[in-house]
Amino acid sequence: MKKYYAGAAFLALAIFSASGCTRSGGETQTESRYEELADEGEGYINVGFCQVGSESDWRVASTQSFRETFTTENGYYLLYEDAQNKQENQLKAVRSFILQEVDYIILDPVVETGWDGVLQEAKDAGIPVIVTDRKVVVEDESLYTCWVGSDFEQEGRKAGEWLEDYLADRGRGGEKLRLVTLQGTLGSSAQIGRTEGFSQILEQNDSWEMLEYQSGDFTQTKAQEVMEYYLDTYEDIDVAVCENDNMAFGAIDAIQEAGKTCGPDGEIIVISFDAVRAAFEAMLRGEINVAMECNPDQGPLVSDIIRRLEAGEEVEKIQYVKETYFDTSMDLESIMEGRTY
Amino acid sequence: MNSSLKKITGMRLFLPIFCMLLVMAANIIYDAASGNFALNFFTISMRNGVLYGRLIDILNRGSEVAILAIGMTLVVSASAGTDISVGSVMSLAACFCCMMLAGYGVSSTSDLAVPLLVGVLGGVLMGCLCGAFNGFLVAYLNVQPMVATLILYSAARAIGLLLCNNLIVYVRNDSYKFFGGYMGFLPTPIVIAAICVVIMTLLLKKTALGLYVQSVGINKKASRIAGLNSEKIIFICYVVCGLAAGIAGIVASSRIYSADSNNIGLNYEMDAILAVALGGNSLGGGKFNLAGSIIGAYTIQAITTTLYALGVSTDVAPVYKAIIVIIIVTIQAPPFKAFMKRRAARKALAKGGAVA
Repeated sequence: MKKYYAGAAFLALAIFSASGCTRSGGETQTESRYEELADEGEGYINVGFCQVGSESDWRVASTQSFRETFTTENGYYLLYEDAQNKQENQLKAVRSFILQEVDYIILDPVVETGWDGVLQEAKDAGIPVIVTDRKVVVEDESLYTCWVGSDFEQEGRKAGEWLEDYLADRGRGGEKLRLVTLQGTLGSSAQIGRTEGFSQILEQNDSWEMLEYQSGDFTQTKAQEVMEYYLDTYEDIDVAVCENDNMAFGAIDAIQEAGKTCGPDGEIIVISFDAVRAAFEAMLRGEINVAMECNPDQGPLVSDIIRRLEAGEEVEKIQYVKETYFDTSMDLESIMEGRTY
Repeated sequence: MNSSLKKITGMRLFLPIFCMLLVMAANIIYDAASGNFALNFFTISMRNGVLYGRLIDILNRGSEVAILAIGMTLVVSASAGTDISVGSVMSLAACFCCMMLAGYGVSSTSDLAVPLLVGVLGGVLMGCLCGAFNGFLVAYLNVQPMVATLILYSAARAIGLLLCNNLIVYVRNDSYKFFGGYMGFLPTPIVIAAICVVIMTLLLKKTALGLYVQSVGINKKASRIAGLNSEKIIFICYVVCGLAAGIAGIVASSRIYSADSNNIGLNYEMDAILAVALGGNSLGGGKFNLAGSIIGAYTIQAITTTLYALGVSTDVAPVYKAIIVIIIVTIQAPPFKAFMKRRAARKALAKGGAVA
């Protein structure tokens, strides 16, 4: 009796899955999904945006920038996918955008490599792909239309130059300096660029000694743990370079727990990247010395590019957004008021 | 001499403790070789009014896995399966707690929307609820534990993101920082882990729960015939596992006073299962040893901290961790033990033969 049930269940399952797998079944499904979309997106430029996730405040600000730019009032219909920090989710999302025949795909890749296949599919389908923020490394550069984002190397160099100026201002130029770095997720564009840019300045200063590089994975918890270890191992640390704000918060927690002080009036100079609102608040509290801006407001520039592509114009392959830095000598409160993130 | 050595090696806790000592020895050798004070690893000092040192770091950072290991040991013992959802449940419990404390849709706050206790209990209860869901599937519907817990493994994190409206919710209130901060001079996570371990040990020692769990794990049918409600006992084990995940989630979230759904408890299920295995417990269920699992949990953290000290980059650390784990698990594997026993027996025989 039991066997009979199992057999029947198996048969039912087989029929069910077989019907789902046949070509006709698959096509009707996609077609109806496309029609649904076409109804909604009629008369608009359909844009599929695949975001990394919502791992940091910066990311949330970036998502907001795109959501506010690509609105129906501005003539866009935005499909948004949050990949939750996983490349496989992004591959799936891009494929689903291709199936839904969107007009443009905006991709903020989790990692740099492994995009050749899916970008080729997009190209074959005739959909231009605009890569933002993090970069992609592909054999054939024509697989994507252009890249919009931050010049991470420049940010790193600027951080180094800021430190030079800061020390010179305080009459500490040429002083022996012990530094540690909390790196971002190894292999990400921001980590590679910022580490590279900063080390260029590091090499020019013989009196600076970089004690160690460790990855804090761009997260507060990991950075807290790594900073605890740094403080445990090295007696006096003068500078902590944190490759994003969230890691700076983790580092500050660890520094304070160890009974040390940081910021402009403290023992340890904290350099941060991204400059989100919470970093401004930390600067006002005197915990972070400087935050190099990484502008998440990329939506308008991307929209501009799409308009130019629509008009049949050529666009430059690499486009940088405008960026600056903020330190505690500035009037941070009034700057904060003018910023959306 | 020989027999006392045998007595020590034959003890149930011998292997987990031996592994722990091995990791410590590696630290001493490294410190001595690099010209530091050889006992750097064991040095505990008072700084800023709190305890400080590598041992404290290990105890502190290992708390979450130790708490998880309590629940995982019971689940493994009773159902001969693992609960792979604990990491995700941690994240969900943290998100639920922070969402309650901050109010829905708020991304950063310094004022609590509900009393601290309500939020924290809510998070812990959310963990229990997840555990009850897993337990229901496994105990009453007879779903394989791995498959049953796979549901929440993938879903819980996403539910957490939904609860937090896709944001990292910050609760910048000093009272919330307590659970990941300091209680007097001791890090609170250590205290919380210790309380959990003590309560569980008392429960197992003073009641028949431990006996029941082992009995169900060894033979579910026979236990039922003997008058035990096997389903209920398995169900309870999963609820306890969910409860542990909830507590661990609150601790992890309190450390960063926020609910980072994507990263809280990431891959912790693996560490918890490993802790149970390192503790000398069979993943096939039945007899278990809670102390072994707890030592296992701290061994894992000791390995991580040691790798930091050795200057191994955090991103390649998992590779070394895997190698160490392979070695430790191999030493504990029954075929290897049997092989060593046979070798010893042969040696003894050869010796005996020579004397005769």
